[in-house]
Amino acid sequence: MGFGYSTTVFGEAVFNTGMVGYPEALTDPSYSGQILTLTYPLVGNYGVPDPSKKDKDGISEHFESDRIQARGLVVHDLSMTANHWNLSLTLDEWLYNEKIPGISGIDTRELTKKLRINGVMMAAIAVSEKEIDESDLKKKLTSAQKYVNEEFMNVVSTKEPRVYGTESETVVVIDTGVKNAILRNIRKIGYKVIQLPWNVSIDKILSYKPKGVVLSNGPGDPQKCADTMKTAKELLNKNIPTLGICLGAQIMGLAGGADTFKLKYGHRGQNKSCINLDNNQVYVTSQNHGYGIDPDSLKKSDFKLWFSNADDKTVEGIKHKEKKFIAVQFHPEASPGPFDCKFVFEELKRLMEEEKTAKR
Amino acid sequence: MYTIPVNPQYVESIIESERPDGLMLGFGGQTALNCGVKLEEFGILKKYGVKVLGTQVEGIHAAEDRQLFKDSMMACGVPVLKSKTVYNFEEAKQIAKDLGYPVIVRVAYTLGGKGGGVAHNEIELYEIVLRGLNASLVGQVLIEEYIGHWKQIEYEVMRDYLGNNVIVCNMENVLSMRVHTGDNIVVAPSQTLDNNEYHMLRSAALRATQHVGIVGECNIQFALDPESDKYVAIEMNPRLSRSSALASKATGYPIAYMAAKIVMGHSLPELVNRITKTTTACFEPSLDYIVCKHPRWDFTKFELANRSLGPTMKSVGEVMAVGRCFEESLQKSIRMLEIGDDGLVANRDNGKIFDIEEIENKLQNTDNGILYYVAAALRQGMSVEQIYKLSVIDPWFIEKIQNIVEMEKNLKDSKFTTKLLRNAKKLGFSDKQIGRIIGKDDLEVRKIRKDAGIIPAVKQIDTLAAEWPAKTNYLYLTYGGDTNDFEVQSDQEKIIVLGAGPYRIGSSVEFDWGTVNMVWGLQENGVKEVSVINCNPETVSTDYDICNRLYFEELTLERILDIADFEKPTGIVTAVGGQTANNLTPKLAKNGVKIIGTSFQDIDRAENRSKFSHVLDELHIMQPLWQAFVKLSDAKKFANNVGFPVLVRPSYVLSGAAMKVVWSQTQLKKYLEEATNVSPDYPVVITKFMLNSLEVEVDGVCDGKNVVIGAVIEHIESAGVHSGDAMMCIPPWRLSNKVIETITDYTTKIATAFSIKGPFNLQFLINSDQVYVIELNIRASRSMPFVSKFVKLNLINLAARAVLGKTLPKIPKDRWRKIHSYGIKVPQFSFMQLEGADIILGVEMQSTGEAACFGDSFYDALSKGLISVGYSLPKEGNALITAGGAENKEKLLQTAVLLKNLGYKILATEHTAEFLSDKRIGNVEVVYKISEPQRKPNIADLLYERKINFIINVPSTATLEKYVGMLYDEYQIRRKAVELGIPVLTTTELADSFAKTLEWLLHNETTKKPLEPYESFN
Repeated sequence: MGFGYSTTVFGEAVFNTGMVGYPEALTDPSYSGQILTLTYPLVGNYGVPDPSKKDKDGISEHFESDRIQARGLVVHDLSMTANHWNLSLTLDEWLYNEKIPGISGIDTRELTKKLRINGVMMAAIAVSEKEIDESDLKKKLTSAQKYVNEEFMNVVSTKEPRVYGTESETVVVIDTGVKNAILRNIRKIGYKVIQLPWNVSIDKILSYKPKGVVLSNGPGDPQKCADTMKTAKELLNKNIPTLGICLGAQIMGLAGGADTFKLKYGHRGQNKSCINLDNNQVYVTSQNHGYGIDPDSLKKSDFKLWFSNADDKTVEGIKHKEKKFIAVQFHPEASPGPFDCKFVFEELKRLMEEEKTAKR
Repeated sequence: MYTIPVNPQYVESIIESERPDGLMLGFGGQTALNCGVKLEEFGILKKYGVKVLGTQVEGIHAAEDRQLFKDSMMACGVPVLKSKTVYNFEEAKQIAKDLGYPVIVRVAYTLGGKGGGVAHNEIELYEIVLRGLNASLVGQVLIEEYIGHWKQIEYEVMRDYLGNNVIVCNMENVLSMRVHTGDNIVVAPSQTLDNNEYHMLRSAALRATQHVGIVGECNIQFALDPESDKYVAIEMNPRLSRSSALASKATGYPIAYMAAKIVMGHSLPELVNRITKTTTACFEPSLDYIVCKHPRWDFTKFELANRSLGPTMKSVGEVMAVGRCFEESLQKSIRMLEIGDDGLVANRDNGKIFDIEEIENKLQNTDNGILYYVAAALRQGMSVEQIYKLSVIDPWFIEKIQNIVEMEKNLKDSKFTTKLLRNAKKLGFSDKQIGRIIGKDDLEVRKIRKDAGIIPAVKQIDTLAAEWPAKTNYLYLTYGGDTNDFEVQSDQEKIIVLGAGPYRIGSSVEFDWGTVNMVWGLQENGVKEVSVINCNPETVSTDYDICNRLYFEELTLERILDIADFEKPTGIVTAVGGQTANNLTPKLAKNGVKIIGTSFQDIDRAENRSKFSHVLDELHIMQPLWQAFVKLSDAKKFANNVGFPVLVRPSYVLSGAAMKVVWSQTQLKKYLEEATNVSPDYPVVITKFMLNSLEVEVDGVCDGKNVVIGAVIEHIESAGVHSGDAMMCIPPWRLSNKVIETITDYTTKIATAFSIKGPFNLQFLINSDQVYVIELNIRASRSMPFVSKFVKLNLINLAARAVLGKTLPKIPKDRWRKIHSYGIKVPQFSFMQLEGADIILGVEMQSTGEAACFGDSFYDALSKGLISVGYSLPKEGNALITAGGAENKEKLLQTAVLLKNLGYKILATEHTAEFLSDKRIGNVEVVYKISEPQRKPNIADLLYERKINFIINVPSTATLEKYVGMLYDEYQIRRKAVELGIPVLTTTELADSFAKTLEWLLHNETTKKPLEPYESFN
């Protein structure tokens, strides 16, 4: 059964195992170019909050960006009605408004197994009142642009600098598809946020005299963000306190001499355990990444492993051996997902304050 | 392994002899926790240098003590309910204003929370507070924020010594805060919480457990405002609980196993996920299905019990259903309850129409039928909003129920198409429900369905939503999917064992023990693939590592056939799952499923009264006069001929459902109508009820030729008390050798005559040294674990050989007589929880559990048994004796004399006192009935003042009195005593044993010996 908007889309089919947080996930720019399958079968139960609601800084209160970023949504059992005190519309209505197609009644578990076994793959969703020509759709799918070849940065990144807050001390966020939760969390640790385009120059960044820089999350292959990588190298040389998140982490890894690769079916969920190698504590993290840093390549770089995925030992965080460069592959900003890793932002704050003390 | 009471005295003696290094408190429920706390308080742990493993006693206090809990929650930033104690209306008014209306008024020190209530405004507050202050013995009431309409959400937390912590599962209660979580219909994961709420409560749960210092497992309950993200922590269980068992089964995360590893010092990341065998146990399960837990209530067994649901738990068991939508899980869960319903709608007795006023009332005052009333309300066109207002069930759930109601209507009104059938199956409709609506029988629907290719998919429960391959086969069936997760490929011998379904009165952990031991026994005997079907999350048989494939599924014909279609088993064992599995035997056999063990024809020969009787006649074995009837007039004639009382029962029943002792024609008419309602396919059997008989049982195993007798067991109470409620003793101590020989002989004859291949239980009545056979059950019995442990002979393990057609080892028929100790099984009742229930025993089983204790003498075993089920055995004090009828008074005389000699003061009601004085037993104090409160000393006052230590209350004729509704006063005594935790002995045999136990304890110490292992036969 189709729902949302009647149209045909092509994208990379991925699955997320989180049991809550579809409004957050769908608006996460990292899902650009992807068709999202939710493994939790009941979706839409609590509807969708008011998209226009902004916090005092003007950041969307409930969403991770200003629109749905995923190309399409695949669920098993869609709730056509919804109830929640914070509800403004149903998932179906929201998808319709945002011109995004959805499909329900799918054996999402079987689909997930297919993706797990064969790896992520290109897929199509066609929602139509009329009969759908399957063979035609298949043909179109073969000729559709592949996810790996798509250029996302101009789509997801801000064109103009954006400023949130009025504090004297500033953190620059290089926006490769930043989630609003990252901005909210930097605001929470007490800094003004300057959100800059993905290809911003180092001089432009330095003109804001930032205490620190955050390289954001985002969609696609990190190798395609050459400009951002160049900037990252400069940040590294200048030893400016920098935190990378997800795509940002991969870009920093590349800047520091490590390699990245595409995971078979990625990590997308809210239950991913990561070991902090500094203290051997394990944290349950929220993740959404299809690429990762090659653990072997860390040896030839100046990074050391900070967080490691407890299950498949992939790199979930790195720290530069000398410079104030830290990065996590998971999402410390949560939204969706558990709040356990907010300390990563505190860690950035600590690096920035260290700087301050040192300068004195 | 010791079978002794779990209390500080006994546990200390074990600590003294065993000298353990560590003690785990979190695994034995509240009993173990309380015991551990006391051991610490008494300095016993310190004295013997025993370490508490896991959460320390300090942490237990912080979670359990109301005030400490509130303090610790506030200290870690977790809000709690605000409340204040007040002594007058002015104070109450001020507090209520501060808290904001509505507020709940709780009355301090009254029974059962009487006198309290919810005040929505000052006028109501005035009325309730005044009433409450009057009712309170100390003149105080508590004013608290009212949150009955808030969502009730639970989190299960695991935490290790290093501080690693994860949430295994969260759960949402469908019936909100209004109903105790044990009585609530619960879904996992939560359905109506958004990301922020889910993780806000998750973080609060982690903060709280960290602050309290939990190591191991812990359950925390929150209330969440449905109108905002305001929440409060309600309570915390620093131990494994019913909820953690549910969470384990709901997720596939073995909480107890992991908790045990953790308290032993392992860290969470060191441990491996037992399903994938490759990933870490330090993770949070992701579900790709919805679980619905439904409580099982047994109110019908308690005529006077109040069925309303509220803050006190009343259910006796539960089931868990897994599906891919709420409708499917809910309807499956209702079927699993085995209460005769095939789902939420389209049931046998669906014809009843309620008027709107009645529905409104029922929605507002939640009872065990609440969801049926929601469906009824929807059918009558009441809006979701209105139903929500009255029932405070989240509209999301009501809308899902609406889908079920609409499907019922569609099936009724629209053309029956394959598409409609498929959609109905997706919403959890059974073939029976569909058939009932469209006018076909379930097997016809099954055929149409299968022809159309509509069959359920077999899915794995894997903790990770298919992200990692599962190495175990923990399975469920659903119509919410097209593809099976795996296929059964092997051509090896495959056997399915049916479990026993929900715990209920009459079927409890005994049958689970049977199921598990059968699985192990089959495996020991070379069966490579053993599957289990069961749906009770509280059991061991539903641990996925017990068998090769676990189907967490309904024990219905439809579902078992679905599974049999998928598995193509060599055979299916129905002999260990109690009456549930047994009842399915003929239907399964008729549908081509091979029954392993005793053939279904032989089972039928035993279940069918006429056939059974015929065999007994051939063997020249006596039975009480009986006859089967379908017509009331014939039944009346028979009853008149043999004389009342008579025992009335339908075929195929368990635990005396609809089985009654009947004393008059009028009663007979009434109960015949009830009994035939239970099982319309089978006639009703009426048996002469022989008063003053002894009841004896034999548990055994037979391979068709050789019979193994586990033991001959004697009931302590005389016949008439349900065998599940009776105290039982091995060896019998009132039977002559001749009688025992006759019983042994009959047992051998009967077992071979029915070609039994597997376990059986045979029940006898002994009247004037004559042995009568009353019942043969060709299946595992309730007493088998008790007997097996006593005789050190695992009967079910032997039964596994028998069902496979192997020969049983030669075991002497009198083996049990060579064991020179006593074993006594004592029932555990839960009358306290069942507001209004009477505690008089009868042919309807009422107990919810049992304790078995062993000892060197009868009284050694009995005293431990009595203490285990909560009797206090006072060394001195006051005994109240009140007996109805001359015969009972006569019987109790010796007991009264003994108590008097032991130094107990005897109180008695007028007539009993008069009788005892006449017999010159000396000083007896006359006390007055509760119904005559103006006459002092009054029993009510004495009970409240705790001036009565135990009560002997034997009504004239237990059953007669109960059903005719006479002597309400005696009921009042028993009820009040139960509420105050004072032992009440309701039969003369029990009173006598109790008194003699008190005497024995004055001069003796109970023994504390470990249980010996089963003997093995290879």
